[in-house]
Formats: sequence, C-alpha cells, structure tokens
Amino acid sequence: MIKEAENKINNSTLDIAAVREKLSKSQGKAYWLGLEELSNTSEFQEFLNEEFPRQSVAYENSVDRRDFLKLLGASLALAGLTSCVRPVRPSEKIVPYVKAPEEMVPGRPLFFASAINQGGYAMGVIAESHQGRPTRVEGNPDHPASLGAMDVTTSASVLGLYDPDRSQTIVGGADFAAFATALQGAAGGSGFAILTETVTSPTLARQLAQVFEAYPQTRWYQYDQLHNDNTLEGSRLAFGEPVTTRYDFNQADVIISLGADFLGEGPARIRYTKDFSRRRKVLSAENTMSRLYVMESTPTITGAMADHRVTIRPSQIVAVAGYLAGELGVAGAEGALPENVNAELVEALLADLQAANGRSIVIPGDGEAPYVHALAHAMNSALGSVGTTVFYHENVEAQPVNHTEQIRALTAAISAGEVTSLLVLGANPLYTAPIDLNFAEAYSGITTFHVGQYFDETAARSTWHVPQTHYLETWSDARAFDGTVTIMQPLISPFYNGKSDHEILAALLGDAEATSFQIVQDTYTANVQGDFDDFWRQSVFAGVIAGTQAPLTEVTLASLPETPTLSSGEYEIQFKLDPSILDGRYANNGWLQEVPKPLTKIVWDNVAFIAPATAETLGVSNHDIVTLTVGENSVNAPVWIMPGQAANTVTVHLGFGRGENAGHTANGVGFNANVIRTSDTPWQTVGGVTRAAGRHKIVTTQIHWRYDSPSGENDTWADYKDSTTQRRHIIRHGTLAELQAEPEYPKFVHPVAEEASDLYPDFAYTSYKWGMVVDMTVCTGCNACVVACQSENNIPVVGKKQVAVGREMHWIRIDTYYGGDLDNPEFYMQPVACMHCEKAPCEPVCPVGATVHDNEGLNVMVYNRCVGTRYCSNNCPYKVRRYNFLQYAELTSTATELSLMQNPDVTVRSRGVMEKCSYCTQRIQQGYIRAENQGRKIADGEVVTACQSACPAEAIIFGDMNTEGSAISSHKGSVLNYALLGELNTVPRSTYLARLRNPNPGLVTGTEVQS
Amino acid sequence: MPNYFPPNSNAFAKWLIWGGVVFTILLVTSLTVFARTFNNKVGVPVAQPVAFSHALHSGQMGIDCRYCHTSVEVAASANVPSTEVCMACHSQIRVGSPQLANVQQSWDTNTPIEWNRVYDVADYVYFNHSAHINKGMGCSECHGQMNRMEAVWKNEPMTMGWCLECHRNPASRVRPREEVFNMEYRRPENQAELGAVLVAEYNINLEKLPQCSTCHR
Amino acid sequence: MATARRPQDVPKIDETNRVIARGETYASIDDVVSQPVEETPFKTPRWWFVGITIAGLGLVMYLVSVIKLLTTGIGAFGNNQPTAWGFFIINFVWWIGIGHAGTLISAALLLFRQPWRTSINRAAEAMTIFAVVCAGLYPILHIGRQWVFYWLFPYPNTFGLWPQFRSPLDWDVFAISTYASVSILFWYIGLIPDFATLRDRARHSFMRWFYGILCLGWNGSTKAWQRYMRAYLILAACSFPLVLSVHSTIAMDFATSQVPGWNNTIMPPYFVAGAVFAGFAMVLILIIPLRKSFGLEKIVTMRHLDNSAKLMLATGMVVVYGYFVEVFMAWYSGVEFERYMIFNRMFGEQDAWAFWALIFCNGIAIQPLWSKRVRQNTTWLFIISIIVSIGMWLERYVIVVVTLKRDFLPSSWGGFNPTFWDFSLYFGSIGLFFTLWFLFVRLLPSVASSEMKELVYHDSHHGSDYFEAARAEEFKEKGLPV
Repeated sequence: MIKEAENKINNSTLDIAAVREKLSKSQGKAYWLGLEELSNTSEFQEFLNEEFPRQSVAYENSVDRRDFLKLLGASLALAGLTSCVRPVRPSEKIVPYVKAPEEMVPGRPLFFASAINQGGYAMGVIAESHQGRPTRVEGNPDHPASLGAMDVTTSASVLGLYDPDRSQTIVGGADFAAFATALQGAAGGSGFAILTETVTSPTLARQLAQVFEAYPQTRWYQYDQLHNDNTLEGSRLAFGEPVTTRYDFNQADVIISLGADFLGEGPARIRYTKDFSRRRKVLSAENTMSRLYVMESTPTITGAMADHRVTIRPSQIVAVAGYLAGELGVAGAEGALPENVNAELVEALLADLQAANGRSIVIPGDGEAPYVHALAHAMNSALGSVGTTVFYHENVEAQPVNHTEQIRALTAAISAGEVTSLLVLGANPLYTAPIDLNFAEAYSGITTFHVGQYFDETAARSTWHVPQTHYLETWSDARAFDGTVTIMQPLISPFYNGKSDHEILAALLGDAEATSFQIVQDTYTANVQGDFDDFWRQSVFAGVIAGTQAPLTEVTLASLPETPTLSSGEYEIQFKLDPSILDGRYANNGWLQEVPKPLTKIVWDNVAFIAPATAETLGVSNHDIVTLTVGENSVNAPVWIMPGQAANTVTVHLGFGRGENAGHTANGVGFNANVIRTSDTPWQTVGGVTRAAGRHKIVTTQIHWRYDSPSGENDTWADYKDSTTQRRHIIRHGTLAELQAEPEYPKFVHPVAEEASDLYPDFAYTSYKWGMVVDMTVCTGCNACVVACQSENNIPVVGKKQVAVGREMHWIRIDTYYGGDLDNPEFYMQPVACMHCEKAPCEPVCPVGATVHDNEGLNVMVYNRCVGTRYCSNNCPYKVRRYNFLQYAELTSTATELSLMQNPDVTVRSRGVMEKCSYCTQRIQQGYIRAENQGRKIADGEVVTACQSACPAEAIIFGDMNTEGSAISSHKGSVLNYALLGELNTVPRSTYLARLRNPNPGLVTGTEVQS
Repeated sequence: MPNYFPPNSNAFAKWLIWGGVVFTILLVTSLTVFARTFNNKVGVPVAQPVAFSHALHSGQMGIDCRYCHTSVEVAASANVPSTEVCMACHSQIRVGSPQLANVQQSWDTNTPIEWNRVYDVADYVYFNHSAHINKGMGCSECHGQMNRMEAVWKNEPMTMGWCLECHRNPASRVRPREEVFNMEYRRPENQAELGAVLVAEYNINLEKLPQCSTCHR
Repeated sequence: MATARRPQDVPKIDETNRVIARGETYASIDDVVSQPVEETPFKTPRWWFVGITIAGLGLVMYLVSVIKLLTTGIGAFGNNQPTAWGFFIINFVWWIGIGHAGTLISAALLLFRQPWRTSINRAAEAMTIFAVVCAGLYPILHIGRQWVFYWLFPYPNTFGLWPQFRSPLDWDVFAISTYASVSILFWYIGLIPDFATLRDRARHSFMRWFYGILCLGWNGSTKAWQRYMRAYLILAACSFPLVLSVHSTIAMDFATSQVPGWNNTIMPPYFVAGAVFAGFAMVLILIIPLRKSFGLEKIVTMRHLDNSAKLMLATGMVVVYGYFVEVFMAWYSGVEFERYMIFNRMFGEQDAWAFWALIFCNGIAIQPLWSKRVRQNTTWLFIISIIVSIGMWLERYVIVVVTLKRDFLPSSWGGFNPTFWDFSLYFGSIGLFFTLWFLFVRLLPSVASSEMKELVYHDSHHGSDYFEAARAEEFKEKGLPV
C-alpha cells in the first residue's frame, strides 16, 4: 500500500544527524522537509523497486487472483462471493517512522513554492509533495510570469524529474572529485571558456564573477535556442541599448501582431495570455473586448485568436511594417503593401490604431528581423502607447548578448586555438547550434566538460559529463521576464547524484563540498537589511522576492536605419520552436510528445507545414515526404497541409530528430530541422522544396476538420460531409456587434429551438451542484489543461501506435475545426471533457452500474466495478470516455521511477477498465472532508479542477451552481451560455460560452468578415 | 432383454434431484459465510514483532488512543506511532525488558519496527479516519474493543457490503462525539431515536454517504 | 381388410409434396435413423473424419485466440474509440440469429401442427443449441475484465450490490441463458424416445446401458407417451415466445441507445425477421449435405427444403423492407445525425461497399427463390444460403462498425481496422460450431425417429390416398393379391 510505502521511505531514508545539522543552518520550517525526505539515494532506489509500485496493486492483484485459468474453473462460485474481499495474501507491513518529522501528517500532501527555469527565465510554480515525492506542479499565483497558471511544459516538468533516461553517472573519470580537479586544472591553464544558457540567476552571475576573478583569462559564452536575439537586436537598433519591452495586454484595445505568437512563445506567454484573456472576457453585451490583428505566415494559437488574420510571407513583414509605420508618421519608414494583403483591411487597421489613442500595442515576432522590432518600437511611441500599454525596463539577463553571435564567436575562438577547454552548463549546442558553424567538429577537438540532465549529443562528444540536477532537486534562483527573482527550492534530493550549476562552479572555485543551499543563501546574506531569516523564510515561502521587479527606464528612439532587403525566394522556410518540447530540451517527455499539437492535433512527430495551394503545385498531400534544401544542406520532412499557411512558405519545428541521443521516448521521433538552419538566417530563410520518395504516417487525434463546406453548397456528398459540423451547431460563434444587436437572446447562440422535456421528474440537487463552463472566446487551445489533467489523474502515455488506432487516453481534448476560406480560415477551439450530463446516456446502459450519478451531479466512474463492456462509450454522444485497451499503467513487474510520480489520491486504472474526466472528484472529496471537519460548507473557489487551475486564459470555470454569486453561477447565467448537443436533452453540467469575435465593423459585410 | 436398471434406480434418480437442490443451497450459504468471515481472517489475532498489548496500555492504563495515533482526527490515516513515541515512556519505564528489546533496537539502530497489518482496505477505497471520527463514529465500531485485546485481530469483515450497512443507515451506529474514543460504549436502547438526532446535529449527509464517489476515486 | 380398389383408380402422386417418402415403415425409419449412430467407429464414413478434422482445427484456432485475448486484452483486437464494439458483437448477433430457425421449426411449427417439420426439427434444434453456445461466449469474451463477467448475474455478493437491470446488456444475460436452457431441455425431451429405441436396438451391453441412462428409463407405456407429449407441448409453448423475444432483446442493445442508426423502433421486428432469415439459410447449409451423406432423402424430402426456401424468401423480404424503412426514417426525421449516418452508409468513402454488398446478398440474391425450379435445386439453394449468411454478417457489420465510426461529434470520428485476431476468433467460432455439429450427427439420432413414425401412423390411419395408393402399388410390386 502506498501509505506505508511513503512511511517507509520517509523513515528509512532519514539521517537524523544530517537533519539536525541541516536544521542548525537556520532554515525556515516551511521548506526544510523537502530536503530531508530522501537524503539517502540507495534506500530510495530500494524503495523504488520494492515498495512503490504497489500503488497499482489494486488491479494487478485482482487480475492475478482471478486470472483466467482459475476463472474457467470455480470462479462463479468462489471468486464471485469473495470478489470484494481483500485477497488472502502475505499480510503487508506497516512501517512507521522511527522519529517523525514535524508538520508531516501521513497522507497529507505539502506544497512548496519554487520556479522552473526555462531558457534562463523563471516560471513560478507551487509543487505538491506526497511524503517527499513531488507529484505535481501548479502555477504560483504570486509569480508575475505565472499568476497561478501553467502551460504544457510546466505541468510536464514533474515527469522530467522521474525520467529513467536521465543521465545517472559521471563519465570521463572516477568521481566528482576527479572532475573538480580536472576542471580546475583546465581553468588554471589558458584558453578556458564557459558556455552557459541564458543567465538571469543572481547566484550564477555572482559565481561567474568569482570565476573570472579567480581565472581572469576565462571566457564566457552563452547559447540558447530559446533566446530571442532579434528582440534584443531590435531594441539595440531602436534605443542603442538592449532594454526589455513589457506589454500590458489588459490595457490594450487594439493589438497588431507582426508575426508575434505572444500567447504561445516567450518567457511571458502565460502572463500575456492572462492579461489578453481578461481584456476579452465577455459575459453580456455590456462587456467589451480588445481587437486583435495578426499578420503571420503560419497559423499559431495567437493567429487563431485573431479577429482579423492576414497571411503574409515572412519576407513581406518588413514591407508591411514599413508601410504601417510610414502611415503612422514614423520618420524614415516606408514600404509598399504586397498585393496579397487586403489594403482596405490595412486602412481600417490604421484607423483603429489611431482611434485607440495609446491603448494599442504593435508587437513584433521574436523571429522577425531587428528592423521590424525597431519599427514596432517607433510605432508604439508614435501612437503614444509607451507608458500605457508598452513599458521598457533594463534587460534582466546577467549579460544580454546575441546568442547566435556568441556561438559563432566561440566556434571561431576554438578553431583559432584561443579556446582549448570548455565547460558546458546545461546547453546542448551540438544539437542546437547552427549547422553552418560546424560546431560539433570544433567541439570534439578540445577538452570539454559537459553538465546536463541527459547524456545527449553534446555529452556523447564530451571529455567529461556530469549529471545535472532537475529544478526540483536543487536550490537555485532565477528572474522572471520582468526581473522578479524567485528562490527555487528543492522538494527532493538528487536522484542520480546530479550536480547543480552552482555546485559545479563552486567546485571550479575549489569548494567541491559546497551545497547549493549554502551558495544561494550566500548571494543574499550580504545585501539583505533586517532579519535575514525572516527575509529568507518569506521569500522562499512566497516564491518571489518582494520588490525585485526591474525598474522602468526612459528610452529615446534613435533614428531608423536603412530598410534591410530580406532575401525572398521561391520558397521561404520558417523555423519555430515546437509548441510542446521547445528546442528539444523536453524531447524525452512522454506527456509532451503525446499531447496533440495545437491546431493540427499531430502527436509524436514534427512536420513541414505547407499551404494547400503549395501542395497542389508540388503535387503532394499529407504524409508525403518532401526534401527541404537550404544552401547545400537538406532534410527530408513529411508534409502536413496547413490551412492558413502562406503560399510558398514552409514552416518546420525544431527539437525533433534526436537520433539515439535523447532517450527511449524521443529517439527516432521526427526529423531534425537544425540541419538546414544556418547562423545568418536562424529563423527564416529561403530554400528549395522538392518531392521525395516514400511516405511517413503522421498521426493525429482528429480526422475531420472542416466546419463548413468550402463552396457553401451541400448538393454533393463531399460538401454535405464537410458542412455537417455546421449543421450540428457544435461550434456557436458570433461577433460582439451581433451580441450587442440582440443582447437578450442572441440568435447565433440558439440557432435551433430547444425544449427540455422528460417523462420523469428531475432530481433535486440540494447539497452541492458542481458545474463547469468553458469560455471558447478566450480559450487559445494551448493544451495546458490536457497535460495538467494527465498529471493530476495518473493518465498513462500510450505511444504513437496506439494513438494511431484511436486509443489515446487524454480525459480532456481540444477539438479544433476550421471554417471559411481554406487559405485563411477561422479556427475554432473547443475543449471537451466529460460533460457530467444530468441525464447521462452512459449510465442506464452499464450492466453493472459502474458509472452512476451521485447526489452532487457528478457522473461517477467506478473503476473497480467496471467490467469493460464499453457500451457507455458507444452511447456517449461526446465520446469523452477512454478505455484501457491494454495494460497502459505500470504494474509491479514493469514499474519504473515514473510510478513514483503517480497521484496517490487517484486510483491507477488497469487493463479492461473505462475511465474519464471525474471533475477531479478526489479534490472535491478532500475539500468536502476538510470543510465538514471544520463544520462549514465548501467555499466558492475552494475546489479547483486541475484543468481550471492550469488554464492561463481562465477559460475554464468550475464550482457549485447552488452557491449564490459564485463565479460558476454568473457564467451559467450568461446569454452566451449553451450546451453542446443540448437538443439530445442530456442536460450536460459542462456548458460553453459561444465563441465571440470582435472584427472591425468597417470590414464586416453581411456575415462575411474580411481578412 | 435383461434388466440393466433395477426398480430402485428410480428412487436413486429422485434422491439425486432433491440432493442436488439441497447441496446447492448449502454450498451457496456456506460460501457466503466463508466470504464474510474466515476468508478475510476476521477474529484471527495477528502476531507482532513487539508484543504490544492494547489491553494493557489502553485498557488498564487508560492511555488515550490519540496519544499514539496522533493524526486520526485530522488525516485520512490514523498513523502507527513512531519508535520515538514508545521511547517517550520506555526510556524510563521497564528499560531493558526483553519484551522491549525490538523497540530499543529500533531506536538505537534507527531502523523502523515493521508491524504486521491487521486492517487492510483495498487500494481503490479511500477511507478517511478524520471524517468518521468527527461525525461521531466510534473507534470500536470497526476495531472492536481494542482495550481488551492482547494481540489485535480484525473485528469486522471489512467487505463493501459491511461498509454499506452503516453508510446506508448511519443512525444505527452513530454515537455522541465525546463517546467516540470510548471502547466500552454500548449503544443505548433508543439508538434509533438518538441516531436520528445525532445525524441531524452532526449534519451527516445521508444522501452523499452511499454514493460511489464517497469512497472511490 | 380394407375394401380393395382397382389400380387404375390410384391418383397421381406428387412425390415432392410428401413429408415422408412412400413405403416407409416403422422399422425402415428406425433403420435409417439409427444406423449411422450404431455404426462401429471403424465403419464411420471418411467424409466425417475429414469434416471433424477441419472443424477441429478451427476449434484450436478459437482457443488460441481466446488465450491471446485473455492474456493481452481487447487491445489485441481492432476495437478502439469511437468503435468500441467490433467483431465481438457482430459475431454475437450473427450467431444468435442463426439459432432462431431451430426454435421456430421445433416450437412454432409444432404448435401450428405442421407435419413437415418433423424430419428436420432435431437437426435444427441441435443447430440452435450450438449456435447459442457460440453466441453466448462472445459477450463474455468481449468485456474488458472477462474474469468478473459473473458480476452481470444477480447473486448474493459481498458488495451489497445488484447488477443494473435497466441495461439491455443485462437483459441479454437473461435472454440468452433462458434461450439456451429451454432449447436444451426441449431438444433433450425430444430425444428421449429415440434414446429408448437405440437402447433397445443396441447390440453392445455398454451402449445399452449408456442409452438406458440417457432415456431415463423410458418404457414406452401409454402413460409415458401421454406425459411425454404433454411435456413436449408445454415446452414448445414456452419456447415459442423466445422466437420473438430473444432477438428482440438483442435488438434492444442497439435500439435503447441513442446512437444515430441504432436508436430505431424498427430494430426488434427487423432483427427477428433477419434472425429467422439467417437461421433458415444455415438450416439449408447443414441439411442439404446431411441428407445426402446419410441417405436421408426419403425422410428429409424436397418438400422440407422447398418450405425452408419459401420461409427464407419471406423473411428476407421483411429484412429488405427494414432497410428501406431505415433510409426513409433518416430522411423523414430531418435529423442531421440520422441523415448523415445513412448517407455515410451508402456513400461514405470507407464503408459504402459493405452496404451495397449486403443489399445484394440479402435483397437481390434471394429473388430467384420465387421460382420453384430454384427451390427444387439443392445446389442453388446451398449457394444462395451461403450468400445470405454472408449478407447477414455484413448487415451487423454495417450496424455496429459503420454506425459507430460516425456519430455525433465529427471531431471524434475514427476508423476501424480488424486485426488477425478478430478474424481468427470469428472463424474459430465457426470451427467450434461444426465440431459440435459433427459430433452430434455421429453420436445422436439426427432425425426424430419417433415423430417420423407418427407420420407413418398418421398417413396410414388418417386415410390419406397416398397411403392407400402406395399400399396398392406396393402389393402389386410384391405380387400380392390386392
């Protein structure tokens, strides 16, 4: 049983002496627990192998006990009568503490504030720990970059902690001591350099400074594919200094995105999504929303949210930006509108901008040329938005530099013999570095010390390799996009004797024994006024250090430089970070590989997006292979026809094609786009596209996409087929204007008359009445809810083959449809999980009553009663039920470290059992018991579902509909509220707010919205 | 033709039929009883590494349950005490007694005492002690009179049907909160009325109790 | 001594109209029926060994597939989301349907006093039982945790729970178990007098003892016959409703759901008709070779085949009507889901073939049966019956798979790819069926000789001209004085 398992681990691994010693270091009570739980790794391993997997024993055992041979025998008589009795087996041991830690109540989780460091920038998290096992992370409400929300990578980071493929041993020498000596030796000599990723961590910066003091000739380079060089160069161009721009989308009425995917990329994406969504939240005709114009070449989730989306080729952005700037009176800016851009729309856009008087944002994409950034800065100041919606502050990076230039310089230095030994902290340059630099060759020529979580491409070619700690394993600190510092605390001691960057640098400085805790603390002891312990306790507890936000700075625009001429060719190729695994740093994360990519629903692959028109000219269709050629480099990629992709452009995502270097999950998945990525055009370039032989099966979780028929007619089977979604009124959408026209009963929300009539009287839900509303207007389809749910509910990963045959297990999915023009469609995102119908079709058909309704309106799925007839799934109109066709969950026999991560509050399902969204019933029950023990009712917002807590757009609202004035009741009361397939009279508890757009009234002709 | 079947073979046939009926009935009843009692070791004392006597500590000395099982009122699990708790007294009392050898050793070597589990709820059942304690469900309802047990045994079948007996009619078992830890508590004659009163007073949600989601997640 | 007639008065006799060939006597029937059973193993015809070997191999394949299923799980088969039901349910419904002809023949026709049923009812009942065995196993196999299938039965358990009686799947449990038990009883009661015959004819003492047990000490007394007849009639009355009820219940599995294409009130009658349709097809498939190989032509006359063919045609037309109603309702309802479902069945890229194939098999291929010549031609009958069996399988494929693939939310539409195991389990079950069938024809009297004797008796006493004429001719042939 998990309970004893935890007890055993806590107890057996506690080293009392160590506890006392560490305690004596005056650490706050709130968080020392995390350190102590697993101080002894060998014990931990034993625990792993023996104790833990019993968590799934409930089912495995029942399978063993009544395996089919016995079944064929006396099962009917015996097993039947004893089936709910615990199997008779060797009695289990209860293993209590020898000395119980304070504050630890067995069976109660503890929560610790920390932060995930992504590309150098911090994303604040609250990590949940069950008797010392981090099982889950959620956003930290106090952290500026998170505000309590999450995205896919943050939720999934906990899986990375337990990844069995993580590097586990020091390579190149006997032990860490040997490594330290070697490192010091190298640093002592000439030609020593350090390569880091982006550094915002004050502690790391401090240590680096010390290093340069100790070893003056040491060089420091930074390289990180996540680093937005162009933004940096842009502000250099505009202001002469690398200031950081911060936007406030909550204040903006008009937003122009010049290829910017601000909802999906960058260290502030979650914060921006929050602000953006809050400004666009509409419950009634009184509310207003901002208007978003997006100009981009490939559809992003930002583009999908646009009120007007313009598809243009990457090379045309400069011209368009120039034209806009010129019209807005920016000196020296000129540009002609490309013929494929709707001039009328641009005029309307300009008018909108002018009218917004300052409450507008022009935001350039990270991938766009620095000149575009400069123009954007100029436009924003011309529009007077600086200080209202656009703010500038000093760059929070320890040393803001152009990373592409850095890696180029490093390669040059190595080849020139100036750098003979290199310490690589975390980065994986051999995979990510631009191909033309031929960094790999240079790298393998010198003595190299690599510190990384995986034994990756770089590690394989390094002289030394040391396992790096996961952010949940070590003390550290990092800055958010706005400069706020977070002290990152560990929840668990390193699994595989990993070392943190701090310990590495400490070792370099001669102190191989120093603990990260000490090092980080030293950073602050010096410059803290007042009681240090208070400061420390508060900072660590809150997850942010108060008042560390970067102060705003005054900037003065420099005059615009020459308009650069972007090379444009027959085909333009654009590189993007993968929405799930980014630059490949999360490639071995099963959750991130299996989560369907936004808009395309592709899993376990990266593809080359091409426009439908381009597909026709190339004569290719989905799954076909094309060869992408840039210069002399080329790569084969499977094609995916992307509606809304600009003609003659190809978009490829980075992070895949890791060969054999990434671990069991990622090996052999996708193709490596880095091999055609060069240092002078890292994000967009010109190349050739030719059809290649063969096909590659791309797997998606959705096969029908069209919302309406292209022709608008239904006389042919094809048209009829396409437009069925529209006639089913699945997506209900309208414009803000339409809502204001009929504020009481908008037609577009109620296209068909619905009447709910029933022979039987309805059940009166007297105590609680749980319900959910999903606001499709603000949902960006970012998948945060999908992975958060997977993490909370122990949902297994099934792999590409199983998904291919339609057996994915996600409890919540994001249905995506597109309608209108094939070349520039409207995208509709609709998160669908169990609707908890009051009159659920699944319930009456279950022969054993394994799915039933409870008195609070939950459609309860009782796994241990389910025999698996799957009738419930057939009869579910929403097809939200998921079935364990095979033994997906780990059993004792197959258990790995990953089992440790499972949430002990949710039963692990076995083969042959149906499962589905439970409204996080475990959280409801815990909330209920907590409230009842205190003799009160559950307060509004006290019970939060996993998806809701994750959603950065606050699109998911959950709560008790019986509570007056609760958020859920106000949403249910909205005129936009509608039930999916409501005419079936299933009375779903989950309903939707119709999708609202806010197109420019001047551009709406009839129902047609120009774009 | 020779007679292969003597006349009494008809009687035999009759007996076969009736015997079959009787046999089936017996089988079903015995299996039913078996499933609820012997099969899951009801009433079988479990040997422990330390001969700890609840009868002595709880019964004679009258130590409160919560002295050792500290989390019973606040958490799902009523924790088994750490060696530290034993040593709190036994560092003074009966030091060096052979019966306490294992405890002393555990304390010295910092290795836990591995107790044998007596009550084992299925992993897919989420039982919560605090919820029961705070709603006036006495320890002895499930654990029996621990204060009289030398070695502890499972006092109830712990089958789902048994759980439901109370979850479907809590009034039949609920007792005043102050009596929860009283092992000698006897249900009064008017349990029905008293139960009804307490159910109302403790705000026990009769609708919710028998729901699947109450125990299964 | 009956008054003599002159031979020239003998009316023309329509041989095909006879339920029993002329000149059959009690003894001759006993011989013809019992002979194959009494053969010593050495004299067993070769075709029998060949047949049971092939069938046995099928049975082995079945067992292997079952083991694969129990060890690996449903995942080894083609089922997925949204097509959660696949071959399992298709085959289940197919087999159940096949069973129906047996019950109809033995019970319904008995109550309707159709003498022509007697020679084929025994075989048909056996077929029913074997089909029910094959069918009954599928629901157990297709659930995810086969080792707890008994949770569907209401029995005293430690959960304090009952199965959910609102679920049609639980109705199935009762429908099938009732069907199986009644059919077996009915079959066995019918066998008792024949066992007695075999006992009395047995040469080997063990066989005599063996059949003696089986016939429960039958002594042929009038009392015994009287009770026997009553019991037989009562059971017939019991099982007659099953013809309608069982497959109606199976139809409820679909009709009570709200899946477009399933939620139709026409399902029960339409399924029953289809069942009888498929059942008679299977009867013909089994009887035609049987009467040849065992030389039963005189007992199983063309009239039996002819009537079966007519019934097949009739029920077949009902089924075709069902198809038209489905299409009409889809259009008439105006419900998008229904309309799309039908359009997809007829024109959908993936599965239109199945729809048109079943229209051919069940609608067009049976039309030749209007002609007597075809009905009289065993080869044609056999081929058409095979086609019909295939067609009825396709019908269930369309109902289960094609419908599930395209339901309410286009986002969750999917495909269905059966795996090797899907097919091996299906063909394996056919192997199981024929293994039982071959054992039956070898070890038990495949024709109800006692009832046949009644026919002889019937003919001889109820003054049929046939009998008189037959006797006259017979005497003449034997040179006896008329």
